[in-house]
Amino acid sequence: MQIPYTTELRPDTGLNNSKLGIWVFLASEVMLFGGLFSAYVFLRMAAPDGDFAYWGSKLNIPMATVNTLVLISSSMTMIMAWASLKMKDFEKYKMYMGVTLLCATIFLVIKYFEYTGKFHHGIFPKSSTFMGIYFTLTGLHMLHIVGGMIVMGYFWLPFGNKMWESDPERFTNRIEVAGLYWHFVDLVWIFLFPILYLL
Amino acid sequence: MSDHDNGHIEEHIKVYLTIFCALAILTVLTVAASYMDISTTEAIFLALAIATVKASLVAGYFMHLMTERKTIIYILCLTFIFFLICMFIPMITVIDHASIS
Repeated sequence: MQIPYTTELRPDTGLNNSKLGIWVFLASEVMLFGGLFSAYVFLRMAAPDGDFAYWGSKLNIPMATVNTLVLISSSMTMIMAWASLKMKDFEKYKMYMGVTLLCATIFLVIKYFEYTGKFHHGIFPKSSTFMGIYFTLTGLHMLHIVGGMIVMGYFWLPFGNKMWESDPERFTNRIEVAGLYWHFVDLVWIFLFPILYLL
Repeated sequence: MSDHDNGHIEEHIKVYLTIFCALAILTVLTVAASYMDISTTEAIFLALAIATVKASLVAGYFMHLMTERKTIIYILCLTFIFFLICMFIPMITVIDHASIS
């Protein structure tokens, strides 16, 4: 059976189904991260004075700043990938999508060095309450990065992007929806960065 | 993409570039603000204020919420209410004076 309303707008919602679907999914993601942000506030309020600031000072701010800029850049290239498809320039799409994937890889590599740096200093999730919530939040965020990379990688490779030939409008919508998810991952990091590294 | 026909896409790209620059500047500003000699409460307020501005720019422009259909706005308003409830649960501990000892 054909999936209905992949490109045309559904009269009652005024949207195509894929866009409505991704926004409902993102709403559930807000609650997932919201619950953990709430846990962070709860743990911080219950922690001894200065405890979170002490453990937070062990994190590497320059690395996280670079990662923030990398993620913002990837959001920019992701939207350019979609804009290129809107302008019917498939080669540019592939270039921008490739750069987005590269940015995501750089983010993961920097995160890898951050994590291993902590482990080498004997700092693990069990080391303190702060480190527990730090590894939980950044680990879950990292899993979202990996998930996004799998989807974007699929749309970048030849077997995933052949829909551009058969149904370009639907393929463009797919990239827009993947982009919405990717911007959300960026948005979560925008809050994670200050609360974990800077406060 | 209701309000984004192909003819206007180049204008949109200019807006995206401006937003990208604003996000980069605000990131540097957040880091700079963290080195300022202010109280913890002021630092939390400032950092969250900058983060909220950045998040609004991403949601409003990159995610097109500025021009999006009302259906999505309603879903997000409902989500935001539940998110706020979630964030206020820890506050209950402040008004709860029960003590273990």
